[in-house]
Order: sequence, then structure tokens, then C-alpha cells
Amino acid sequence: MAEEAGKALNSHTLSVLVENKPGVLTRVASLYARRGYNIDSLTVGVTENPTISRMTIVVHGDENVIEQVTKQLNKLIDVIKVVDISPQESVDRELALIKVSADASNRSEIIQIVDIFRAKIIDVSPKSLIIETTGSGDKIDALEELMRPFGIKEMVRTGKVALVRGVKLTQFDK
Amino acid sequence: MSAKESERFSGAKSLIKSLEYEGVDTIFGYPGGVVLPIYDELFDSDIRHILVRHEQAAAHAADGYARATGRTGVCLATSGPGATNLVTGIANAYMDSVPMVALTGQVATNLIGNDAFQEADITGITIPITKNNYLIKDAKELPRIIKEAFYIASTGRPGPVLVDIPKDVSTSIINYEYPETIEIKSYKPTFAGHPKQIKKACELIEKAERPVLYIGGGAIISGAHDEIFSLAELLMAPVTTTLMGKGAFPEDHPLSLGMLGMHGTRYANYAIIDSDLLIAIGARFDDRVTGKIESFAPNAKVIHIDIDPAELGKNVKVDVPIVGDAKMILKKLISTLKIKLPRTQEWMRKIETWKKEFPLDYEVSGKDLRPQYIVQQLNELCSDGIFCTEVGQNQMWAAHYIRTKKPRTFISSGGLGTMGYGFPAAMGAKVGCPDKDVWDIAGDGSIQMNIQELATVVENDIPVKVAILNNMYLGMVRQWQELFYNRRYSFTNMKGQPNFVKVAEAYGAEGIEVTKKSEVRDAIKKALKSDKPVFIDFKVTREENVFPMVPAGAAINEFVEYGGFR
Ligand SMILES: Cc1ncc(C[n+]2csc(CCOP(=O)(O)OP(=O)(O)O)c2C)c(N)n1
Repeated sequence: MAEEAGKALNSHTLSVLVENKPGVLTRVASLYARRGYNIDSLTVGVTENPTISRMTIVVHGDENVIEQVTKQLNKLIDVIKVVDISPQESVDRELALIKVSADASNRSEIIQIVDIFRAKIIDVSPKSLIIETTGSGDKIDALEELMRPFGIKEMVRTGKVALVRGVKLTQFDK
Repeated sequence: MSAKESERFSGAKSLIKSLEYEGVDTIFGYPGGVVLPIYDELFDSDIRHILVRHEQAAAHAADGYARATGRTGVCLATSGPGATNLVTGIANAYMDSVPMVALTGQVATNLIGNDAFQEADITGITIPITKNNYLIKDAKELPRIIKEAFYIASTGRPGPVLVDIPKDVSTSIINYEYPETIEIKSYKPTFAGHPKQIKKACELIEKAERPVLYIGGGAIISGAHDEIFSLAELLMAPVTTTLMGKGAFPEDHPLSLGMLGMHGTRYANYAIIDSDLLIAIGARFDDRVTGKIESFAPNAKVIHIDIDPAELGKNVKVDVPIVGDAKMILKKLISTLKIKLPRTQEWMRKIETWKKEFPLDYEVSGKDLRPQYIVQQLNELCSDGIFCTEVGQNQMWAAHYIRTKKPRTFISSGGLGTMGYGFPAAMGAKVGCPDKDVWDIAGDGSIQMNIQELATVVENDIPVKVAILNNMYLGMVRQWQELFYNRRYSFTNMKGQPNFVKVAEAYGAEGIEVTKKSEVRDAIKKALKSDKPVFIDFKVTREENVFPMVPAGAAINEFVEYGGFR
């Protein structure tokens, strides 16, 4: 029991292969809404096979929740495969665009930070900059924190995409 | 024509051909603008179409037909209001895992999304209450989709599948060819249980001293009743069923404990609490069954057999989960088991004493017309019938006093608890099983939720019998108000009841009123003799309660003690 409590509320990344059909995203989203699971992020895009899309879903909960999420996803007819890819064996990235207040007095300071983070400035105006960055969620959080004092006007993050490292694939086999 | 040859048909004709290939003999439906092409084809078809009076009843009738026969039920409605009227019936079938194909018309593809006249996003609406659904965008896809729909509805854990058919899909001409095989890469239900798990289960069973078989509706769907019978007798283990599981084990057998849970028998619930091994078969540990989950079978190891992997470990911790078809798994399990002499003598003695001490009973004395007495008489006089129920006290009394002996003869809305289900379901059951006497055990509230189907049963000569246990209350809700809300009967007193006998007669059915205990048996016999649909309006004691009862959220051995009843 004590051991179980220790495992509580982990964040999990699910890589989900689905049929590339209209309505599939609604089905997945409706499943989460109905059963009250908490999605942190969900990204979808087509795979190397144009009939199949990959969703990367970040969800947090205890082991039971993750097990139910996986099983309920598997029950959807259009879901081909669900794999819980643990952080050690996968690489993940997120993209963020941050529009930050900037003028002549602090522009160079911001540029320095952006360089350190190996981010990019993709738009400049007299009163603002847009920064583009990719990386782990932590890295983006850190950059966001550093930009906050300058004044973040707008920001958008894509949510995580992830793939298993090495030759191993999350192909469908069922 | 074989399924191979291709011919040029309209979408509507292709649909009817496909239904014929699937062996569909009956459709319950209601026409409308966008399904006119389909109805035009039905006009010439051998498929029997039954025109209901409300689409909800079409879905329930298809559901009752499916539960009584084991075949997939089919209902058909037009777009918009027709489709949305099906929704309760679809949700009901979903909750109880009933194989159903619901066909709906849709506005033409070029109008979809424009708020066209009678447009509703029915595939969107039914996502959470269907096993799968389809909007056919191209008529060429129709044969494949119909084939998939029937396959998905009836295999694995069955459920409703909705197919939405735009009007232009019905009218366009295609090269029709019905596919022979199905390839859905993402849908491969598991049937055979894992041998290792079955072996583990056997080890637990061989060691158990106080086992209980806990049987749900999945056992009926799988047709596992013979195997359950063998297993129970081999182990000499008591068997309790859920409402949905009634019929999977004969309730007149000494090993039967009847139903468990909120309105379960005392002895069934005590047996669960005291057991050291629970063998759950096709049951899903519903909260109406388990009560407070931590107190449910606290000392038992649990073996759980179910075809739906998502049910295993969902509500309770399971020691041996086995995914697959109950019948196949039990066959394997029984042949693997090494039991020479059952080890349950002492356990069965204990159960016998509980049965003697806490029998299922009610106030029998006197002339009062008690609902339980009526159900007992129905059980006696019509032991080979099919019993459908509505929802409420009537349902629980039916569950207690109809001693179901065979599968598919007790049909009730378990998961959703839909008032208005029983009457149309009885209609569907009678259509599927015309040689059986089919009853709906009803409450006066529930029967009024689909009473218009009297017209359907009269018109189509479907002689179902309805026993209305008329307490002039929404009885089950009134019972809760009596027990938990200080007898404040807020809107449960139905003062404006119609004269049910006259209502029946107005539609061309027969009506019988019963006010005395002494008239009960004659009325039932008269109804059975009649070749018409019959309403019997039993004017029962008004404030009768369903006991035993466990309050919601309590442990299942914490019964309500009230007015000398428990
Ligand atoms: C469609 C629907 N609405 C409301 C309820 C809530 N409900 C459950 S039992 C019940 C009372 C049923 O009354 P009646 O049909 O007269 O049967 P009785 O309990 O008196 O036997 C109600 C209102 C329900 N189950 N279904």
C-alpha cells in the first residue's frame, strides 16, 4: 500500500496510433471528458503512413488511471495501438512561440538569453520580439520564467511530441 | 446472387441487400424525408418492418429482440428528431452490451454542417454511447460499413453501432458487391483465455473453501450457462447473479443464492462478504452490486473472467484476470480442474442456515393485494415465459420473485435503468420469440413512458401481456423518500392516472382490472388465453417497499431495518 502511494500521480506519455479519419480526435477527446481523465497535452499529426496518425498524449494519474486510460483508448475501434513510452527510452520535444515586450533598452539582454537557450528570434518590432524555441518542457518552462520579467504578451505551446529511441518502433502489430 | 457478383444498385437497395445478407428478418422503425429511398426499397423487401409510434421504442424493441434471440437487433429512423429520439434506446443498449445496429437517415452530404432542415450531428451525439459509429460519405463505402457494423456490434463485448446514411448516398448508384471478409486492423477481440491464467485460476479454486460464483450479463451473452452449471455442481459452490445475469443459473436450484447487491438477498450478500474466493464471470462490479467497494468480499481472492479487458481491475483489485469468452474459458477451466471431492460442505451448511434465517419474504397474510404475490403467481402460471420489466420497485420484485431458469428469459434495463424500456422490449422479444408468452412487469409510472406502443402491438398482432403493478406512485422514488427524506413525497404521487383498462381498449387491446388477491390467478390465466395484447391493471397496496435493501454507499451486509422488515 505504502509503495502504491509513492507511485501516485506520475505523468505519462502515451503514443497512440490511430486511423487517419475525421472524428477520431473527437472520440479520443470525448473519452477523456466523459471519464474525467486529466490530459496535460495532446498533439496529433500524420505519420509516415498517410492512413495513420500519431497522437502524443500526456496524462497524469496513478497506475490505475493510466491502465484504464490505455484500456479505454484501446477499446475505440479506430485506435490501432497505445504505448506508454516512459521518459528514459523516448525523446520528446515541444515547440513554443513567445511574444515578449522589448525595446532598445533591453533587446540585447533578451537576445543573450535567447542565444544561451539556443532559441531563435523570428520577428522583431519596435516594442516586441517573438521567440521560437523547441525542447523539453522543462527547458521551455525555464525560458518562460526568464522572459516573464520583460513582460510576456502572448505565448503558445504545442504540447509534447515523442518517439521511442533507437531501432524500436511503436508500430501496430495487432 | 452470390456475394461475389456485382450489380448496379442504389445505395438504399444496397443497404437492404446487405441487411438480407446479415440475416436481418425484422426492422423496427419510423419513416421521414431523408429515409424515403430506404423505405421505398423496404416496400418490396421480405424484411418485416414494424412501424413503432416513437423512435425510442424502435431502439428498445430492437434491444429486446436482441436479448431474447441472441441476434443483432436493427432499428431505423430519419435524420434530426428521428435520430435523437433513438438516443435513450442506444444508450440503454450500450450500457447493457446489447448487439444493435441503428440506422439513421442524414441530410444530403452537401448540406451536412449547414444546419439544414432536420439535421442533427447524430454521430457526434452518439460517440459516448455507441461501440462505434459511421457517417457514410460515399455510397461505395456502404456495403463494407454495413458489414463492419454488424461484425462490431455482435462480436467481442457487443454493443450498439450507428450508421448514418445521407440521402444522396441512398440514391446514388453503385456497383454493389457485399464483402465476404472483414479486415479491421484495430479490432481483434480475444476469445481464448490465457492458459497460464486459467491454470492460476484452477490453483485458487482447488484451494478455496468458501467460493462464490458471481455471474453477470456477460455469461448470458457468451452462452456460458451450461458451463456455469457444471462448475457450480463440480465445486458445490453457491451461485449469485446480477440483474443482468439472471437466467445464467437456474434459480430453483439449491445452489442458487438469487441476486446480490443493493436489493440482493441477505444470504447472497452474506455469502459474498464471507467468501474466500470470488469467481466473477461476465460481471462488472457495478456500484449497485458492490455497495461500498472496500467492504465487498474483503477476504476473498478474485478471479475475473471478461471479454472486455477494460473491465478487469477497473473497480476492484483482481488476483487472476482472464480476458476472453466466458464459455470458452470455463470449458478449458473445468477440464483442467482437479477436484475429487468438493471442499464446501461446511460452507454450504452455513449458507443453508442463512437461507432459513433470512428468507426472501413479505407480508403475506390478509386480503391485501401485494405486488410480490402477483409476481409469484406470474412465476408459477407462466414458468416458461419471457419476462421483461420496467424500472423501479416492479423491476426489483420481478428480480426477486421471477425465478428465472433459462438464459434470455429475463430482460431488464440494468445499466441505464430506463423507465419505458420494458413494454417496447417485450414487443421486440415477442417478435423474436413468437412461441413464447412474453410479459412486461410494469409500474404505473414506467408504462406511461412508452404507452403509445399499444398501437404498434395491436396493429402488428404482437400479443404481449403487461402486468401493471399500480401503486399510484413513482414507487421506488417514493420508497427512498420514505426511508431517507422523512416521508416528504415530493412529486412522486401520481394522482392523475388514466384508466388503464380503457386505454388498452381504446387502442384495441384487452384490459383487465384486478383489485383483490382472489382475482389474481384468474386474471393472469385469462390474459394468457387471450390472443390479443393485454394490460392487467393490478391495484396494489400503495406503500409497499422493496426489501431487503442496502442504502447506496453502504457495505452490502448493512441492510435497512424498517418497520419490522429488513
Ligand atoms: C427515464 C427515467 N426517468 C426517471 C427515472 C428515475 N426513476 C427510477 S424508478 C422511478 C419510479 C418508477 O415508478 P413506477 O414505474 O411507477 O414503478 P414502481 O417503482 O412504482 O414499481 C423513477 C422515477 C428513471 N429510472 N428513468
